[in-house]
Amino acid sequence: MIADLFFYYFAAATIVSALLTVALRNPVQCGLALLSVLAHMAGFFVLLNAEFIAAIQIIVYAGAILILYLFVIMLLNLKTEEHILHPRWPLMFGFIVIAAGELLILLLASPLAGTMGVTPPDAVADIGHSEAIGLKLFSTYLLQFEIIGVFLLGAVIGAIVLAKSAQSAPQK
Amino acid sequence: MSLTGYVVVSLLLFMIGLAGVLVRRNFIIILMSVELMLNAANLNLVAFSYYLHDMAGQMAALFIIAIAAGEAAVGLAIIIVVFRGKIATNVDQINLLKW
Repeated sequence: MIADLFFYYFAAATIVSALLTVALRNPVQCGLALLSVLAHMAGFFVLLNAEFIAAIQIIVYAGAILILYLFVIMLLNLKTEEHILHPRWPLMFGFIVIAAGELLILLLASPLAGTMGVTPPDAVADIGHSEAIGLKLFSTYLLQFEIIGVFLLGAVIGAIVLAKSAQSAPQK
Repeated sequence: MSLTGYVVVSLLLFMIGLAGVLVRRNFIIILMSVELMLNAANLNLVAFSYYLHDMAGQMAALFIIAIAAGEAAVGLAIIIVVFRGKIATNVDQINLLKW
């Protein structure tokens, strides 16, 4: 019962903040609305017994990625434009509304089920969520974990190379 | 709460993010909308993982968070290049590669 109450609160808060993220004029305010989305999303993860994912969500998303966004916004001193919307936005918006409605109808009409796995939430709660994640991550998903490491290294090197070459290149 | 509730919230978030990508002109807001869409996918994965008693969804969510970090770093570096070189101030002005 109380979990349902929390669910409705998180759902309302995430959707309103997401709308604000897309609709607000000032990029800094959009970033703060995105922070609210990410924090409430962590609440969802706690409701779903995924405490480790919730912690990662707060630390990596809200703590690192969002701060990067805010740094870039403030570094570039983006001014608020007159025309913040794409010239043909009504067309795009109509497409979105139609697609969302159709998906919603399909979703509510279809039974959501699948093959049950082998780790019920109670068993995960018994050994602790971080431990369960760690056991899986370093056994079944070890190769993917290593690939993610290489990917992050490549992304960081790419970002540094891009940002440096802009400084040395002659300004147009 | 049933699985359908989570999937509906995830669908709405994804659609809001998609609308942001299609409708806005500012680079950074578009990247933020992409983050919204990635988060919607994460919520979906974790909800299914909880209701189907399988940890695979949560693993995918972890990997998505890592990919999002890389995407944000590279995307913001590109934005810095485009702004510093005074190439454009909005997305629809970047058309060098347009055929």
